[in-house]
Amino acid sequence: MIASLSAAWRRIVALVGKEFLALLKDKKSRFVLIGPPIIQLLVFGYAATFDLNHVPYALYNEDGGAVSRQLAARFAGAPVFDLISTIRRDADIRPLIDDRQARLIVHISPQFSRDLALGKPAPVQLIVDGRNSNSALIVLNYASSIVQQFNADRLQRSGMGGPPVHLEVRAWFNPNLQSRWFLIPGIAGLITLIVTMLVTALSVAREREQGTFDQLLVTPLRPVEILLGKALPGFIIGMFEATVIIALAVFWFDIPLLGSLVTLYTGLALFLLSAIGVGLMISSLAVTQQQGFLGAFLFMVPAVILSGFATPIENMPEAVQYITLIDPLRYFVVILRDVFLEGTPFHLLIPQFWPLALIGTISLSIAGWLFRHRMY
Amino acid sequence: MNAAHLNEGGISAMRLRGLMRKEFLQILRDPSSIAIAFVLPVILLLLFGYGVSLDAKHVPIALVVDEPGAATASFTGSFRHLPYFDPLTLPDMRSAEIAMREGRVEAIVHLRTDFGRKLYQPGGTPVQIIVNGVNANTGRLILGYGSGIWINWLHQYAQINHIHLPASVQVEQRVWFNSELRSRNYLVPGLIAVIMTLIGALLTALVVAREWERGTMEALMATPVTMNEIIIGKMAPYFVLGSGGMLISVGMAVWLFDVPLRGSIWLLFGVAALFLLVALGMGLLISTLARNQFVASQIALIVTFLPAFLLSGFIFEISSMPQVVQIITHIIPARYFVALLQTLFMAGDIWSVIWPNALALAVMALIFLVLVRRISRKRLD
Amino acid sequence: MPDSSDVASGAVVTLSGVSRAFNTAGGPVQALDNVDAIITRGRVTGLIGPDGAGKTTLMRLISGLLMPDTGSVNTLGFDVKEQPLQVQASMCYMPQRFGLYEDLTVQENLDLYADLQQLPYAGRPERYAELMHMTGLAAFAARLAGQLSGGMKQKLGLACTLVGSPKLLLLDEPTAGVDPVSRRELWEIVYRQVSKTGMSVVFSTAYLDEAERCDEVLLLHQGRLLGQDTPAAFSSRMQGRTWHRSLDEGVSKRALQHRLSQLPGVIDTTIQGEQIRLVMAADTAAPDEANLQATPPRFEDAFIAMLGGADTAAIVSDQQPVHIRTTDNDQLPVIEVSGLTRNFGTFQAVKGIDFSIRRGEVFGLLGANGAGKSTTFRMLCGLLPASHGELTVAGVNLREAPSSARSRIGYMSQRFSLYGSLSVLENMRFFSSAYGLGRQQRKMRIDWACKQFELGEVIATAANDLPLGYKQRLAMACALLHEPDILFLDEPTSGVDPLARREFWHRINLLAEQGVTVLVTTHFMEEAEYCDRLVIMAEGTILAAGTPHDIRMEAAATGRPADTMEDAFITLIHRQPEFATA
Repeated sequence: MIASLSAAWRRIVALVGKEFLALLKDKKSRFVLIGPPIIQLLVFGYAATFDLNHVPYALYNEDGGAVSRQLAARFAGAPVFDLISTIRRDADIRPLIDDRQARLIVHISPQFSRDLALGKPAPVQLIVDGRNSNSALIVLNYASSIVQQFNADRLQRSGMGGPPVHLEVRAWFNPNLQSRWFLIPGIAGLITLIVTMLVTALSVAREREQGTFDQLLVTPLRPVEILLGKALPGFIIGMFEATVIIALAVFWFDIPLLGSLVTLYTGLALFLLSAIGVGLMISSLAVTQQQGFLGAFLFMVPAVILSGFATPIENMPEAVQYITLIDPLRYFVVILRDVFLEGTPFHLLIPQFWPLALIGTISLSIAGWLFRHRMY
Repeated sequence: MNAAHLNEGGISAMRLRGLMRKEFLQILRDPSSIAIAFVLPVILLLLFGYGVSLDAKHVPIALVVDEPGAATASFTGSFRHLPYFDPLTLPDMRSAEIAMREGRVEAIVHLRTDFGRKLYQPGGTPVQIIVNGVNANTGRLILGYGSGIWINWLHQYAQINHIHLPASVQVEQRVWFNSELRSRNYLVPGLIAVIMTLIGALLTALVVAREWERGTMEALMATPVTMNEIIIGKMAPYFVLGSGGMLISVGMAVWLFDVPLRGSIWLLFGVAALFLLVALGMGLLISTLARNQFVASQIALIVTFLPAFLLSGFIFEISSMPQVVQIITHIIPARYFVALLQTLFMAGDIWSVIWPNALALAVMALIFLVLVRRISRKRLD
Repeated sequence: MPDSSDVASGAVVTLSGVSRAFNTAGGPVQALDNVDAIITRGRVTGLIGPDGAGKTTLMRLISGLLMPDTGSVNTLGFDVKEQPLQVQASMCYMPQRFGLYEDLTVQENLDLYADLQQLPYAGRPERYAELMHMTGLAAFAARLAGQLSGGMKQKLGLACTLVGSPKLLLLDEPTAGVDPVSRRELWEIVYRQVSKTGMSVVFSTAYLDEAERCDEVLLLHQGRLLGQDTPAAFSSRMQGRTWHRSLDEGVSKRALQHRLSQLPGVIDTTIQGEQIRLVMAADTAAPDEANLQATPPRFEDAFIAMLGGADTAAIVSDQQPVHIRTTDNDQLPVIEVSGLTRNFGTFQAVKGIDFSIRRGEVFGLLGANGAGKSTTFRMLCGLLPASHGELTVAGVNLREAPSSARSRIGYMSQRFSLYGSLSVLENMRFFSSAYGLGRQQRKMRIDWACKQFELGEVIATAANDLPLGYKQRLAMACALLHEPDILFLDEPTSGVDPLARREFWHRINLLAEQGVTVLVTTHFMEEAEYCDRLVIMAEGTILAAGTPHDIRMEAAATGRPADTMEDAFITLIHRQPEFATA
């Protein structure tokens, strides 16, 4: 028993060693493993943000009273907005928005000061470019909060010691509400997925294409040993790259890591298990490398979109939300954000751990079965 | 065969026809081409059209009232009956905090014990709004909605209790081109750029590399076919395929997702044709340099697909990126196409947007095609 | 317009001082070195040489796909450097793997090449009918090229190159991996075209009997032209150096061949029917042997002699006996197959075949492309489950047996499945560990393999960068590291040059002498002579079984001559009802 186990172990070690040699010896595949993840993290990390700054806006102040000038000064002082022009005629509005020169027009009507003085609500019109609805929503939100703050300050100064109810606003876990804090842990999951898929999804397909897979099957290696031999390199490389990415997130992008590393790496290990399982399953189904690549691609694109990495899963229609349940990235993104930003303890993440373990076990079993039973 | 007519620039209608027919037949019989050209676009469109939304609606929030009373009821009542929030009443802060940590609520509105009492005292009473800042985007929206509700409640309260409050400035919002702020109106047109990059660059790069790998390119080159014929023979079928992808996407956008198409459809197809030329040029260039499917697919993924997704302004706003990244986006053709698509779909034929972007695409198309023609030689070395 | 002086001199290709080098990972390689030659119009010219001699490079230079570094190539009166398109308009080139689009049908492939050659539409139906009739593809016009058998693909490739009635036809290894029947049919078509249209043909091949039949031979070795002459002129240089040695009672062919190959002055030995053929070095007297008889020389003898003979010295010296497990009785069959059937959907690839192989036997599995031998082979190795029937290898079915049973077999596939990016040493290390060899044993066996297969100097080279002959040696070394007592070899000599094939069979002979059981498939019929027994398969059934002698006798009984195994094979295949009507 022990002897046969140690023989099996020797065979697995040989296979793992061979996989690593094959992956790292070739200059091109070495590049594929090292170059893209780092480029992706840097470009993604800097490009992917929902926060806006330097939003170009134009002011159209028809009033000219002191209060309207105070309000205009609030906009001018906001770091988010850049005043690009002051306009005097209605006709000037359209070309500015059409050409995307201004994303926002702040329009103060002629009766503004008079209405306020009479105690009537005075409207300020915010015209936004809706071509990018998300940006429009955020611009509106920024502009409204400037107006609200303006109102609150007026209430405060109204002599009676302020309004009867005032707001105390706080944001937990991300006090400055930086969307980078939200996106970068997700990106770490995304890149880990891409790397492991690339390592595993082509590994069996490549051997089938080159005929070496038959050669493996006639050696004493058992399917389960081949499975382990194929899975371990993906696991080790995934662990290594994820560690580099996590380090970059913490030390380069200054994302706080509040939770314990044990929790984080438990999640990472389970996620790698499921990603490797799916990758090997695709690879065992594919006859050629091209099919393997396309299969991985067809899996990865929806997996990323449905993971909640950029857009909340709760916003998706119910049917789509059910589909996300089989997406391993969905669970890992939650684990990453919770451990990074909230410091969530281990036991609260168990609901995320077991689905990953389940997906991993099922997909690995199917992959192992396909090694021997795939007909072609 | 008249030898005098054979030169590198020559084009024979018969040979070109033969090459194009071959390419079409191969496309029809190759499941992976069909998958990239038709299945993936439809999946992407459905996902983005139905699945992805950045709007915050029906956000679950916790209402914690330490000492319920008439005043608190009127305040919390204003959080109900709004499409933005799904409020959940919780007995104390402890349970609210757990709910937030478990992700069951995104925000907590907390009214303290002395809410009813302090309401009538100078200085008033605070209302605490705590948002889960992890998703900063949602967090900010919740805060915005929350303060709007507060101002409105305050004025109602003042009116009922005859308290004099200074009049406040009211925001009147006008969203041009997309008054309901539907995400899909801007995501679906932008997606067309991604889909056409897939067909134009990724698929073309793969199929040319495949000819090298299978040795058919060698057989092809040993015939009197000219390089121009090979290039046109490859580009024309994928141009048609890309146009097909474009038609499907536009059709789905307009009829399935009700995205308005305010510009001219001919202008749309015109700029799409320009972009397709750029994408095909990139695909041919990659495969000419790589000649190997694995490497070609990796390069195509990194230099065409991911930038089209991330750096084109399709999801993330270019103007918010750091300066260096903004400069890089200028060499991403999808950037110009996304701007054109969003304008043509939602705003209309605005020439001041169309001219510069279309010109940029035309210049890029020219550069890529000249490069491809320069690099492609009818040689094996 | 073609140069009139060349037309007058009858040259179709003129090479003067042609050199061409390539940059590879291991530094520059001189593929062709100062080659001068004139290829004559209207003739069939063979480019013959071992792997890496520069045959494919020469073809590509002639067709204008590559340019020479120095020197000039003139094809059909055009300088390929100046006017490559003119050259390509009047010649046709069939690269290795035939250059077919596998996802197009037979007809669509023909249409494509007709368009590319600008064949007028008016003449097409007639030309198509002619080509289809010639190649026998008429019934398969609507079938995808990828679903054709190897032989049919090769004929379609030929039809596509002939569609424009070229003046010059270049064929790069047109018969590699193709069975003898298809091979013969291909050459019949080519020779008929040459005599009918005066077309010139240049081809390269690893089959020396094909070289024997052509009009002129260019013998290349390591980028240099060793000689240009008619095959008969090459053979005549060998006059008086070739002998037949008939067998002695009670001595096996293999043992006799082995002994003869060790005699001084002997540069080549081959088994031919019931005799051993000997080739002596120049100016060497015939060995002092009984039953020796002079025999006329062949082109093959000249080829081997000019290249210095197969290097079999290392194979013999320092031979370490292969360890054989002696638990089972020697008389019991090692491999037994009965009623073996395999269905793919409705198609029956193997139709209930029976045979058995004894210990220490070299057993051949022969057949045309698509006869079902690969399917049988894969089932025996446990790579494919059988639909019906029984099969045992060393007493077990490898598909269900514990993994330790698989350590008794060695396997070598036709593509020499090695890890291309790994070095020779890394490949050997991996396979020895995969077979569970311990550290010490592993080192010992790798040392043995390096010596035995002369892999020492390429030990650090990536397997992909090895010449084909070395790849084959490495593949075999990897299959033998764990000292298996059963060896499965699937077309182990496909595409390998005659020198490497000779070395290979020397090794197999020695293994068989030591009691290793060998199951081998091959397309080279002369190799069937090395087998103790063989079966010929066709259409999934066994057509004939027995010793090579039995098979030849069986074929001779039909009334046709069957001097060689190839003749016998073709006769037996044609005996089938399907061929009888054709």
